[in-house]
Amino acid sequence: MRGNLLIFRLDWISIFLLLFLIGFGWINIYSTTVGNDLSGPLLDLGTFYGKQLFFAILSLIAVILYSFIPDQFIERFSSVFYIIGIALLLGLFVFGKTIAGATSWYDLGPFNFQPSELMKMIVALALAKYLSDTGVNLRYRVHQGYAVLLLVLPSILVIAQPDPGSALVFFSLFLVLFREGLPLYYLTFVLSFILAFAATLKFGMTYTFIGTLALYLSYLWLKPKRLKTPLWFNLSYPSILFVIIASTTWVYNSVFKQHHRDRFSLWLNLETNQDRLLDIKQSIGYNTYQAKQAIASGRWSGKGFLEGTRTKGDFVPAQHSDYIFSSVGEEWGFITSALVILSFVALLLRFIYLADRQKKAFHRIYGYGITSILFIHFSINIGMVLGMLPTIGIPLPFFSYGGSSLLFFCLMCYIFLKMDANRLKTHFD
Amino acid sequence: MSRFFYSLVIIIIGLLFIGKLVSLQLFYEESNNVESDPAITKNYLYPERGFIYDRSGNLLVGNQPAYDVMVTPREVASLDTLEFLKLLDLEKEEFIDKMARANRYSTRLPSVLVANLSKESYAALQEKLRRFQGFFIRKKSLRDYYTTSAAHVLGYISEVNTDDIRRNDYYIPGENIGRTGLERQYEELLRGRKGVSYVQKDRFNRVIGPYKEGSLDSLPEMGKNIHITIDKTLQEYGERLMNGKRGGIVAIEPKTGEILSMISGPTYDPSMLVGRQRSANYTAMYYDSLSRPTWDRSILAQPSPGSPFKALNALVALQEGAINPRTTYSCDEGFYVAGVKRGCHCGGGVRDLNSGLLHSCNAYFAESFRSFYRKFETTTEAHDTWEAHMKSFGLGDFLGTDLPTGAPGRIPSTEFYDRAYGRNRWVSTFVISNAIGQGEVAATPLQLANMTAAIANRGYFITPHLIKEVEGENTIDYKFRGKRYTTIDEKHFEPVIKGMEAVYTSGTARFLQVPGIRIAGKTGTVENYTRIDGEKVQLTDHSVFVAFAPVEDPKIAIAVYIEHGYYGNRYAGHIASLMIEKYLKGEISRVDLEKRMLEKTLAKEYAKPMSGKPFEINEYAW
Repeated sequence: MRGNLLIFRLDWISIFLLLFLIGFGWINIYSTTVGNDLSGPLLDLGTFYGKQLFFAILSLIAVILYSFIPDQFIERFSSVFYIIGIALLLGLFVFGKTIAGATSWYDLGPFNFQPSELMKMIVALALAKYLSDTGVNLRYRVHQGYAVLLLVLPSILVIAQPDPGSALVFFSLFLVLFREGLPLYYLTFVLSFILAFAATLKFGMTYTFIGTLALYLSYLWLKPKRLKTPLWFNLSYPSILFVIIASTTWVYNSVFKQHHRDRFSLWLNLETNQDRLLDIKQSIGYNTYQAKQAIASGRWSGKGFLEGTRTKGDFVPAQHSDYIFSSVGEEWGFITSALVILSFVALLLRFIYLADRQKKAFHRIYGYGITSILFIHFSINIGMVLGMLPTIGIPLPFFSYGGSSLLFFCLMCYIFLKMDANRLKTHFD
Repeated sequence: MSRFFYSLVIIIIGLLFIGKLVSLQLFYEESNNVESDPAITKNYLYPERGFIYDRSGNLLVGNQPAYDVMVTPREVASLDTLEFLKLLDLEKEEFIDKMARANRYSTRLPSVLVANLSKESYAALQEKLRRFQGFFIRKKSLRDYYTTSAAHVLGYISEVNTDDIRRNDYYIPGENIGRTGLERQYEELLRGRKGVSYVQKDRFNRVIGPYKEGSLDSLPEMGKNIHITIDKTLQEYGERLMNGKRGGIVAIEPKTGEILSMISGPTYDPSMLVGRQRSANYTAMYYDSLSRPTWDRSILAQPSPGSPFKALNALVALQEGAINPRTTYSCDEGFYVAGVKRGCHCGGGVRDLNSGLLHSCNAYFAESFRSFYRKFETTTEAHDTWEAHMKSFGLGDFLGTDLPTGAPGRIPSTEFYDRAYGRNRWVSTFVISNAIGQGEVAATPLQLANMTAAIANRGYFITPHLIKEVEGENTIDYKFRGKRYTTIDEKHFEPVIKGMEAVYTSGTARFLQVPGIRIAGKTGTVENYTRIDGEKVQLTDHSVFVAFAPVEDPKIAIAVYIEHGYYGNRYAGHIASLMIEKYLKGEISRVDLEKRMLEKTLAKEYAKPMSGKPFEINEYAW
């Protein structure tokens, strides 16, 4: 039967979306890095676009090879992968290669290998494996603790590199935990802590203190009688809030580095000294400013492929990697940029749909895991390029230059797509 | 949390991003054009400025290459400073200062290290500069003068200022514009049109290649060469004659209105306003408020014309029938106005038109002037008629010549005197000074020369001009070709010209005859008053002379005005006579006369009123 072949059972909607994003992403990498000499071969490993093409081909090979590996293999060995991944992250402290201040790479001759890219997939697998265990229930605090530890351990290791962007990706897997039954009030707590911190920076300690107190008292006053919370909680939660409010100034001034402070002050509009503000805008805000200018100059239909003057002039730093979307905006204009965003949205929605039709919990949770990873990459990166979020260095999946990133994103998605293709089959194994 | 909540969050984020894209790409102010894009730079390609030739094709103004030594601080490798400084002839302190300034401006963009290098030092440097990384030579073009004269006519070019840029968007800072003279008048012809090339730059402002493969670029359009009416030899000769004298000489070819020479004294060498010393030279001249070398007296000085004006008054009286060539008036070594005697130097006796002109008799012209006014019912009517006749000779208003500056002179109108005396409260005796070219009338040397040309042409003139030919164009402006007729009938000119010829044969200029050439002329001695410490003081008279030659077929009409030159034939007459001979014969037969003019200066005369001590005026001794 025709349907028995794997290739016909794959979800081609997702594959078309992925191929579009990868292909169009490579076109933009070509445009941002090719310079003025267009005569060179495309697969020139001395160039960014050549390397990226090489990795695209390598990804295809990896995907084809993986097609011959049974799904059970990946499920069974996910704990082993996790241990190997942690070992690789630890190994960076000894053998790592430092690029732009972050020790995140292994030097493999012509290429650099970034284990945290691989680790994203591994953590998604490990989390799926743990949560799909019939004995695990996220209502129990012990299980909550183990699940969180799976995320926090690699996060700590990448923060130490330092690569806070990747740590953020691991934290995005909390979305999976919430989907799988982690009580929502944890999210409320964390959000309220972040809010308290930001509010203190913006409005000052006194006002935030009074405001928080007023809000909390009115909550106690207005909450329905049937909602009973233990006394220790009623006391400790506001206490933690107040400690955060009280320590904000110290943390901001003493723990944060100047470049962190600058990003915050730019984002929350804290700086009142106009000269200093201009200074920050020109240094920290420079990338964002140039990216916004480049995108804005694209108008409806863009300046055309290879015609983006700011792209060619290299005005946007890191344009082939984190700021690649600005090249799309300048050279292709609004219509195509919107199409790219819609493609990402469609892919994410499609993955959620696919995840929910899985019969096995492991597959469903893994689907949600990679959706969360893709989602955090997409929203943080585009939000940063469009100037809606502070600068956090995190690549745009399939678009940004980066060999290991492309390879593991492809593999990560394909693992899920293969699970989906085999979702009916697995029952009979 | 349900899958719908997750989907909703994803959709909302997607919509937020698209909304932001809409506001950035569709509503954001910044427009996408090559002019405002910081990544695209417009580079200009400058055509060579047009050359200026004289009437016989001698080159007056060309261009010379000049060299700036440029430095790009970032590219400077370690260098043998000692050798380098020796090569450039720079002091160490100066070098350090200039390098610091270049560094401040930009480390990646070139700055000027040494400007306007001479050809010799360039030749020496050219070979060796290769060894000094980060330094290179930028070639540019400066004006190159092949004459030391005609500075005022040619004018100079200088860098545009903010006003120029506001007035004309062709220019950008750093470009040159014709500032005065012909350089300004024919700026658009001479400069050509610059070409544009758009280049793509990177974020360090470095050029990385042409923008859109140069599809928007344009080539420069060459500046046009022009030929002007100035006779180089005559101009240079005139300037030599003006040695140490203040005043103006204008010579015109009557038949065509072409200005043969236009000299203002004192003047300067035009090459003084080019190159490294330009600023110092200009400042020195600008602050010389006594001799004012930058002030073009040939077109801007407006003295009373003096006795040459008598020829015009004679023409007006003849035209209106107030006199005929045989009318006589007697001169009692003066004449009476309202019972007061005014002097005359002619010697006295009975004067007709001919002898009145040749002896420059004040009495004769005062009487004929009065009889002209008596022909009319009212003074107003008479004066209006007189004014119209005078203005038809190009007096009292701008002549419309092709120079960017000029002066109108003055022919006082009826309203002018009405304002001074009251309506109908003045008569001819009030304005009698005009009869002899004193009083309220005023004219520039150019106007005097033009008036002489009109007499030489027996009744018309062509607007005096300097342009003779624009290379690549068939003809010059119509306004420099059309005849402008005076209001005097042709027949009245002959008796007046006869009288002017007699000035040379037996009159005030009889010692200035040129052998073999019939000249008609008229001397003028203009009273000269000034104020010193608020007191009206008379100074030595201005010397004025107009002449044309040959009488039968005029080829040159000339006006000479020499400040403090005393009587008409003394300086002005000498110079006019020499100029005519030089132009018509090519050489000077009266060497003693020439020697005197080349050597004599009026420095002593000009110093008198400045000395603060009492002084004599109109001293006869040379």
